Amino acid sequence: MGEIILSLKNIKKRFGETEVLKGISLDVEQGEFITLLGSSGCGKTTTLRIIAGLEEPDQGQVILEGRDVTKLEPHKRNVNTVFQSYALFPHMDVASNVAYGLKIRKVPKTEQKKKVEDVLNLVQLGEYGKRYPSELSGGQRQRVAIARAIVNNPRVLLLDEPLGALDLQLRRQMQIELKRLQKRLGITFIYITHDQEEAINMSDRIVVMNQGIFEQMGTPDEVYNHPLTSYVARFVGSANIFHRDGKAYAIRSEHVLFSKEETYPYRGVVKEKSFAGGQLRVLMQLPDGQEITASRHGIDAQVAEGDTVCLGWEPDHAVPVRE
Amino acid sequence: MKNKTKLPGIFLGIVLVVMYLPILMVVLYSFNEGKLIASWKGFSLDWYVQLFQDEEIWEAVKNSLILGLLSCFSAAIMGTLGAVGMARVKWRTKGAVEYISTIPIMIPEIILGMVFLTFFHLLNLPNGMVTLVIAHTAFCIPYIYMMVKARLVGMDKALEEAAQDLGATPVRTFFDITLPLILPAVASGCLLAFAMSWDDVIISIFVTGPRVTTLPIKIYTQMKTGVTPEINALCTVMLGVTVLVLTLSGFIQKRFQKKQL
Amino acid sequence: MQKKKQGGKLWLAAAPLYLFTLLFVAGPLVYMVILSFQTRAEGYGVLNVFTLDNYKKILDPVYLETFGQSFRLAVTSTLIIAGIGYPFGYFMAKCSPKWKKRLMMLIMIPFWTSSLIRLYGWMIILQAKGALYQTLHFLGMDIAPLKILYSYPAVVIGMVYALLPFMMLAVYSSAEKMDWSLVEAARDLGASPVKAFLTVTLKLTMPGLLSGVILTFVPSMGLFFIADLLGGNKIVLVGNLIQDQLTRGADWPFAAALAVVLMVMTSLIIFLYRKVTHSTELEGIL
Repeated sequence: MGEIILSLKNIKKRFGETEVLKGISLDVEQGEFITLLGSSGCGKTTTLRIIAGLEEPDQGQVILEGRDVTKLEPHKRNVNTVFQSYALFPHMDVASNVAYGLKIRKVPKTEQKKKVEDVLNLVQLGEYGKRYPSELSGGQRQRVAIARAIVNNPRVLLLDEPLGALDLQLRRQMQIELKRLQKRLGITFIYITHDQEEAINMSDRIVVMNQGIFEQMGTPDEVYNHPLTSYVARFVGSANIFHRDGKAYAIRSEHVLFSKEETYPYRGVVKEKSFAGGQLRVLMQLPDGQEITASRHGIDAQVAEGDTVCLGWEPDHAVPVRE
Repeated sequence: MKNKTKLPGIFLGIVLVVMYLPILMVVLYSFNEGKLIASWKGFSLDWYVQLFQDEEIWEAVKNSLILGLLSCFSAAIMGTLGAVGMARVKWRTKGAVEYISTIPIMIPEIILGMVFLTFFHLLNLPNGMVTLVIAHTAFCIPYIYMMVKARLVGMDKALEEAAQDLGATPVRTFFDITLPLILPAVASGCLLAFAMSWDDVIISIFVTGPRVTTLPIKIYTQMKTGVTPEINALCTVMLGVTVLVLTLSGFIQKRFQKKQL
Repeated sequence: MQKKKQGGKLWLAAAPLYLFTLLFVAGPLVYMVILSFQTRAEGYGVLNVFTLDNYKKILDPVYLETFGQSFRLAVTSTLIIAGIGYPFGYFMAKCSPKWKKRLMMLIMIPFWTSSLIRLYGWMIILQAKGALYQTLHFLGMDIAPLKILYSYPAVVIGMVYALLPFMMLAVYSSAEKMDWSLVEAARDLGASPVKAFLTVTLKLTMPGLLSGVILTFVPSMGLFFIADLLGGNKIVLVGNLIQDQLTRGADWPFAAALAVVLMVMTSLIIFLYRKVTHSTELEGIL
C-alpha cells in the first residue's frame, strides 16, 4: 500500500445550469476499496464517469498511474466499469460478453478461453458460458458484469451501485463476495452507493458526497464515529443534530438517554413512538422546538406518547460538527 | 373475463371478410376461362400460361424489384447511419433536417410526385431508373429512420459505454454493439419501405421515363385501357409469394427470438 | 459548448442523410414554392416572371369546388374509416397474443399485393353486372343492373378500403400499450362500461385515433387514381387536378400553386395534431 494510483485534482463539472461537481480532489491508493457515498444527485456517478472517461470535466485533472488522462478517450484507459444496469450485451452469450475486452486487446484465442473460464469460475458461473443474459437471474447478471470487467485485469475497477437492483438478502451475500474478490485480486475498487451500511461493511475508506463536494473522507470508523459535518452525521449515523449556544453537536440516537424518573439535563415531550427493523424509535420534542430521536433495541420503554421525560447523553457522545 | 361475448370476434371477422373479398374475386377470376370479368365461363389455367409468357409484365416486375431493392438499400444506409449519427450530434439544424426528412411520408403522394417531376426537369435529369430510385429513396428513408430511432431511444446507453469502457473504439462499438441491436429495426423498416415502393403508383408515374415501366404503372395503364385476367393471375402469384415469405420470416423470427430477448 | 467526447467522429454518419434531405427533399419543395409564383410559357415550359395569378386562379369557383369536393370526400372517408377502424383496433388489442399475431398478418398481407389490383377486385364486385349483382340475382332478387361503379359511393368505398389498415394499426398500437387496469379501476370506482370507455379508454387511445385520422385524411386528398378508376371522370379531386395540370394541361406553375395550398392544409392538420397530442411521431405506421 501507499502508492497513489489515481488522483482527481480539483474537478469541476456543470451540466447546463447546475454545477454537479464543485471542485473535488481525491487520491486513491493501490489496492484500496474506496466508496463514494451520497444520496442521488450528489455527483457521485458523474465522478465515476469522469474517471472512466465517459464525461470530460470542465476543469481539473484526472491522473491515472502518474499519467494525465483527463482528455483520454474511455477505450484508451486501463479502468473498467461495472454499470448500474449491468449493460450486458444482449446479443452475446455470457462467455462472449466476458471475452469482449480480451478480444479487443487481441489476446490469443486460447488464452482468451482460459481467462474467461477462470474468471467465470471465480464468480461461480462456470457452467453458464453458453447462456444469454436474458436467461440469467439478477444476481447472475451482476456476476457476469463483474467478471466482464475484472477479466481485463484493470488497475482500477469502478462500480456504480452494482447491488442496487438486488434484493436485501442477495445484497448482503454479494457484499461479502465482492469484498473477498477485491482482496484476492488486489484491484483498486471505487465503489458507489447510497447505502451507508453497504459502505461501512465493505470500504477501506469512505468519501461522503453532498451537492458536488466531498463532505468528509475517512475510514468507516472515522466517518461513523467522528463525523465532521452535520450532513455526514445525519447521513451515515442517522444522528440527531443538537444546537446549543450557536454550536452544533451530533448525537447518535442509540446514545440518547431518557427516562421518566431519573434526572437528565433536558426535558422533552414524547411525540411519536415507532418500531422498525428491530428498533424502537422515540421522537421527543424539547421546549425550544428541537427534536431528538432515541433508539432502543427491543420494544420495552416505559414511556407513552404525550409523556414528559428527562433526556440527555454522555458528554463524550456529543460530537461537535460543522453545519 | 366476465360477460365475454362473441360480438367483437364477429365484428373482426366481418371486416376481414370484406377486406379479403376483392382479393378473393381477383383470385377467383384468374381461373376464369372467359376474358370478361362479369361472367364465369369455367375453370382454366390459360391466364397463368399467358402470364408466364408475357415478357412485358416480367420486365415490369424486374424493374419494380430492382427499384425497390436499390431504394431500400440506399435508404437503409442513409436512414440507419443518419439515426445513429443524429442521436449524437447537437447541431442546431438537426430538428429541422429530421423534420424535413420525414415530410415525404407526411404529405399526399401527389405533391411528392409533382415536386420531383419539376425538380428533375430543372436539374435536366432524364426520367428513368435514376430518378425513380432517388424519389423512392426519399420516401423509404423515413420508415427506416423512424424505426431505428425508436429502437435507439429504447436502447440502454450504457451498452455502448460499456463497450468503450472495455476498449472498443467508437467505430468498433458501432459494428459490435449498436448495429446488431438495431438490425431488427432496420429490417422491419426495410420491409415496410419495400412494400411501399413495390406498390407505389403516384410518385412513379411522374418520375418514370418512357422506357422504364414498373409493375404498378403497368397495371394502372392496363386498368385504364382494358385489363386481361393475366393481371389477376399475377396478383394470385404475388399473394402466394407473400404468404410464403411471411410464414418463412415468422418461422425464422421464432428461432431468433429464442436466443435473445 | 464542448463536444461529447465518446461521439468521436460518428457525426459523419449523419452527413449523407443531411445532404440527401437538403438536396432531394428540401430542394424540390423549395422549387415547388418558387415555381408556383412563376408564369406559364406559351405551349410548354415556364417563364421566370413573378406572378400571383396561379393563386388567384385557385379562387375560381370551379377549382374551389374541387377543393371542396376533395375535402368532403376526405371527411366522409375518414369518418367511415374511424367508425370501422377504431373498434377493429380496439378489439384486436383485446385479443390473445396468438390472435394478435394472426390478425396482424391478415392486415399486412394485402399490403404486399398491389393496391391497384385490390381496387380492381372492387371493380369486379361493383360492376353493373358484376359479382354483387350476380349474387343478388342468384338470391332471387330481380333488380336492375347496379349503378355503383363510376359514382361517388364507389370512390368512397375505394378510399375507405385503401386507407382502412392505417387506422386499424394506429388504433391498435395505442390500445395495445394501454394499461387495461385503468379501465378496471374506473369500473371498480363505479363507472358504467360506457362511462369508463368514454373517460378512460377513449382518452388513452386518442393519440392512436388522431394519428389514424391523419394517416387517412392526408393521403385521401391526393389519391387521384382511386377517383380516376372507380369514379370514372365524374369525380375530380385536388389530386386529379394537379395530375391533369402536370400532364395534359402542362401548366406547371398552376399545379405547383395547387400543391402548395394542399401542402399548407396538410401541414396545418399535422401541426394541430402535434399541438393536441404533444407528440412528434405518428402512431401506428411504425
